[in-house]
Amino acid sequence: MTFRAGVHVTLRPGIADPQGLTIERALPALGYEGVSGVRVGKLIEFELDAADSSEAESKVRGMCERLLANTVIESYTWNITSETVDGAREES
Amino acid sequence: MTARVGIVVFPGSNCELDCQRSFERLGAQTEFVWHDDHVLPDVDIVVLPGGFAHGDYLRTGALARFSPIMQAVAEHAAAGKLLIGICNGFQVLCEAGLLPGALRKNEGLKFLCKWTELSVDVPGTPFTTRAERGQVLRVPINHFEGNWYADPDTLEQMRANDQIVFRYVKNPNGSLDGVAGIANDTGNVLGLMPHPERACESLLGSEDGAVIFGSMLDHVIHLQQTPAPV
Repeated sequence: MTFRAGVHVTLRPGIADPQGLTIERALPALGYEGVSGVRVGKLIEFELDAADSSEAESKVRGMCERLLANTVIESYTWNITSETVDGAREES
Repeated sequence: MTARVGIVVFPGSNCELDCQRSFERLGAQTEFVWHDDHVLPDVDIVVLPGGFAHGDYLRTGALARFSPIMQAVAEHAAAGKLLIGICNGFQVLCEAGLLPGALRKNEGLKFLCKWTELSVDVPGTPFTTRAERGQVLRVPINHFEGNWYADPDTLEQMRANDQIVFRYVKNPNGSLDGVAGIANDTGNVLGLMPHPERACESLLGSEDGAVIFGSMLDHVIHLQQTPAPV
């Protein structure tokens, strides 16, 4: 099966994020008050062949640990969707 | 006796010629090693120079650690031989797990290119035998991601083990504990953000970088002169 994966990588909680802070300070200048906790990260999207969704998840977790994130300073989340025969997508 | 220095060149390295010139002026023999090679020539010291290895895509140093030569570099370090990573080379060593911690973007989100002063906090390492404790070295920095970080337990362990070798006199980038350069737990691998190879002749404004490179050469030559244990 072919899966579509989206991996979000951000600095870990507690690690200062100067880009996020700068954005957070800029937003009130446009009238958007009450915004806090801005974190800037990366989105990495790809397609992936795997037998089933649990294999896809285990592959994606491995990629995150070994390359996509540096877990000393970054944390990651992902979502995986599978392409079904009729082209519809289902969340796994 | 002469020390032999292998300088690894990645696609995107740009400080290899400066490293070559500085080590040769101090009396070493040097050789460039292409990142795609699988074996190192017979060298006493390996240098990972500064630059933008593999374009620094994804994260600084993240892809360089997959270059074929890095396996041989890790074996060189595991054998107790000297390995130094300068600037991008430091970032590569952290990503490769050969040094603890990671380099984040500078606190002020500015690329910094300027002279800094480093204090030698641990004399007597293979990288600082020519220095005294607290000696201040004037060496330039040139980086965007020099803000070193490690978790509190790691930092405490490194302090106790004398691995925080160089600290900035005035922290330019937010680096934890003012760290400018660190060693591994066995003391034969060093990473630092400042560029000693750009401070090895008076014409460039400082010769203090030669304290670091010269210490490394002294260490190698001392080992060559010491008879191997029977």
